[in-house]
Amino acid sequence: MSKLDSKIPEGPLDKKWEKYKSSVPLVNPANKRSLEIIVVGSGLAGGAAAASLAEMGYKVKVFCFQDSPRRAHSIAAQGGINAAKNYQNDGDSVHRLFYDTIKGGDYRAREANVHRLAEVSGNIIDQCVAQGVPLAREYGGMLSNRSFGGTQVQRTFYAAGQTGQQLLLGAYSALQRQVGLGSVQMFARHEMLEVVTIDGKARGIIARNLINGKLERHFGHAVLLCTGGYGNVFFLSTNAMGSNVTAAWKAHKKGAFFANPCYTQIHPTCIPVSGDHQSKLTLMSESLRNDGRIWVPKKQEDAAAIREGRKKGNEIAEEDRDYFLERRYPAFGNLVPRDVASRAAKERCDAGFGVNKTGEAVYLDFASNMKYKYGKQVATMKGIANPTEEQLHAFGKDVVKEKYGNLFDMYKQITGEDPYEVPMMIYPAVHYTMGGVWVDYNLMTTVPGLYALGEANFSDHGANRLGASALMQGLADGYFVIPYTIGAYLAGDIRTKAIPTDHEAFVAAEKEVQERIDKLFAIKGTKPVDYFHRKLGKIIWDKCGMARNEAGLKQAIADVQQLQKEFWSDVRIPGEANELNPELEKAGRVADFLELGELMCVDALDRKESCGGHFREESAETSGEQEGEAKRDDVNYMYVAAWEYKGPNTFELHKEELKYEVIKVSQRSYK
Amino acid sequence: MNLTLKVWRQKNASQKGELVTYPVSDISPDMSFLEMFDVLNDQLVTDGKEPIAFDHDCREGICGMCSMHINGHAHGPKDQVTTCQLHMRSFKDGDTIVVEPWRAAAFPVVKDLVVDRSSFDRIIAKGGFISVNTGNAKDANNLPIPKVDADKAFEAAACIGCGACVATCKNSSAMLFVSAKVAQLSLLPQGKAEASQRVLNMVAQMDEEGFGSCTNTGACEVECPKGISIQNIAIMNKEYLKATVVSEQEAQ
Repeated sequence: MSKLDSKIPEGPLDKKWEKYKSSVPLVNPANKRSLEIIVVGSGLAGGAAAASLAEMGYKVKVFCFQDSPRRAHSIAAQGGINAAKNYQNDGDSVHRLFYDTIKGGDYRAREANVHRLAEVSGNIIDQCVAQGVPLAREYGGMLSNRSFGGTQVQRTFYAAGQTGQQLLLGAYSALQRQVGLGSVQMFARHEMLEVVTIDGKARGIIARNLINGKLERHFGHAVLLCTGGYGNVFFLSTNAMGSNVTAAWKAHKKGAFFANPCYTQIHPTCIPVSGDHQSKLTLMSESLRNDGRIWVPKKQEDAAAIREGRKKGNEIAEEDRDYFLERRYPAFGNLVPRDVASRAAKERCDAGFGVNKTGEAVYLDFASNMKYKYGKQVATMKGIANPTEEQLHAFGKDVVKEKYGNLFDMYKQITGEDPYEVPMMIYPAVHYTMGGVWVDYNLMTTVPGLYALGEANFSDHGANRLGASALMQGLADGYFVIPYTIGAYLAGDIRTKAIPTDHEAFVAAEKEVQERIDKLFAIKGTKPVDYFHRKLGKIIWDKCGMARNEAGLKQAIADVQQLQKEFWSDVRIPGEANELNPELEKAGRVADFLELGELMCVDALDRKESCGGHFREESAETSGEQEGEAKRDDVNYMYVAAWEYKGPNTFELHKEELKYEVIKVSQRSYK
Repeated sequence: MNLTLKVWRQKNASQKGELVTYPVSDISPDMSFLEMFDVLNDQLVTDGKEPIAFDHDCREGICGMCSMHINGHAHGPKDQVTTCQLHMRSFKDGDTIVVEPWRAAAFPVVKDLVVDRSSFDRIIAKGGFISVNTGNAKDANNLPIPKVDADKAFEAAACIGCGACVATCKNSSAMLFVSAKVAQLSLLPQGKAEASQRVLNMVAQMDEEGFGSCTNTGACEVECPKGISIQNIAIMNKEYLKATVVSEQEAQ
């Protein structure tokens, strides 16, 4: 009997959430005032949850490591947020969004959770507009939409290339309103370093005040982890420098199972690496694939000439270009899901068609849509019958500027090239992690009273996330799911008085944290933290990145274990513990990444099939129309892999079988 | 590239700081300004010295956390660029670069180049929002908003809260930051209901935090990495005046 109970409500799929909402136990207002909730992380999930729970009357404490809750990395999301509004009258519906998300996730997500996500998607847009989030509009005053990968409808709402920023600032303003009203206590520049459990339940956290280094004990009837994903295990990713797995990993070591850690998303459209000094990678929004066409030269000699600087992309004739996504996937073309697009780019580059100095880049070209789609439209509107190429370029440029101006500016700033004149160069980079802390339908982990929301949990995206779904999930969990589901737990906890933080469990947890910090300082080694982080990133990227195989994964596990030993004997932490010490913060995070990296490889090794972002080289189609595409194994691997921590380097697998009651599972084809 | 850095070092809020000189060599023009600091810090750690503390997070110009005053300019010499998006190709081999923290009474130094900007959060908490609880919203398209207004609101909402406007203002005024939020919300129909209260409360908190007054020099607009316009200050002044008249009338 599995230890995992997903607690999915009975009844038909499309009635489950409705029925749940009307039957979940409620907590009366007087009791809410004496119930305390700790929220760790202040991004879309954390900010939305904290604001909503405080509005309901709970006492909320919010923690973030940045100097302000408005800095959370949700802010960097560019492209948009999906919602099944069907404003475009193109046949969208809750069911279609649900279906696209399950299919996009390669049939490895939980039906009930995803359906709920699709159901509340429309409410999110309503809520954000009511908050004053300035989403893009048409001239008639109605909201505007665009397309994203993996779908055939226009359901993505956006605010130029800054959708995440605008949605986060909406949640932040709702949060600050509660701070002003005294219902939320905000702890910025605080990092959670331990979960405190009493009688098996989460009852608080130990946090380090990053300014003075003091360890603090905080009690909560429930603890919500809204701490984002673990993409920085790769060192180079599109995550912020501070994004980390520490809160989730501490929870894991205190009994929360970690699910599907090998499901990581490599995003196809990022600015390629320029050199060894690189500290992070920058995404170019997927929305660019609406108007940009991806290609490499057809001839290897052209590719070589470009790499050596003898030719420019613009000089390659139309018939000598290979629009490989349009060629391989005629039905979806440049808008195939991210995992498919990334692998296709890697395949071309590995075959010798890459177009920058390192050979790891493909073109994303706006010239044809800029001139012949938008330029022509504007020319027609202006009544110019025979526009010149220059006129078309100028007209089209204005339209493209309005749609993607900030992205083009950012590209130019980083690379020094002007994408209005020459095609962009892009290459896949780590962007998002579908895996995360295992949660049930209530978003509760395997530790009672401990929840995980947003990217920190595993539940909605299966093995691959579709574009514009991360913002949707973070806000759905925070605004519309947890306010209901937390009642199911807290209604039974109303008689629990706040536990004083001199309780032995708090004392013991704080001691553990203190000892770990002391241990790090005591090493007095020779190398800075980043040295180990870069090494870890390279191992994981090479062996547990876009393609994985058994021998490589086994080697990676051995390499990571070796690196763990090196780290704990040779890292150097300067300064002291009782002051602002960024190196100490990084060291703690990298120590956790070193353990997580191992588990990722263990999970990838266990899953001998290919699915979504997890591509096992041993499991590919060998013939027919799908030759070379990923081959799923539904008979043996249709489960969520939830790992239990059993001590250093030891993890036990628990399987949650996935049952598809409504959706017919089939091979994912975008041909 | 080989450069000479003069960097402000200050152990904590209570101790005095000073400029310390560091030579850096083999800097690639493709590096960002912060990546150059990474190189320097790794070297300092390896040499057994204390690395330089500086704020940064997203490194793509949107989170607003990075905050260096470089050669007398907030976020350095280039227009509309944050420090994390400033690349070394904007400097010349052999340059001497002076790097200081934001200077303002309302932004006390925490350590080295790190300052405390929580005053901004406290201003937002006084009114930088629309009072709508979760779950009460009507269908988003029931309220058409002219594209022109929506676009203007968006431009104001693009503020990243970095504080460059304050750092660059000779009076350390926070008017550009505060007005961007006031303007965003007052341009939208959803925000009109509490417009008066919002502007009065936010301005009162701004004054309480110790920010200086605005004397219309326009330096904030010039240095703002996101191109926030000082027209927002005019909008806020109008809203403030309107609100004062209304509140005087109500008092009578």
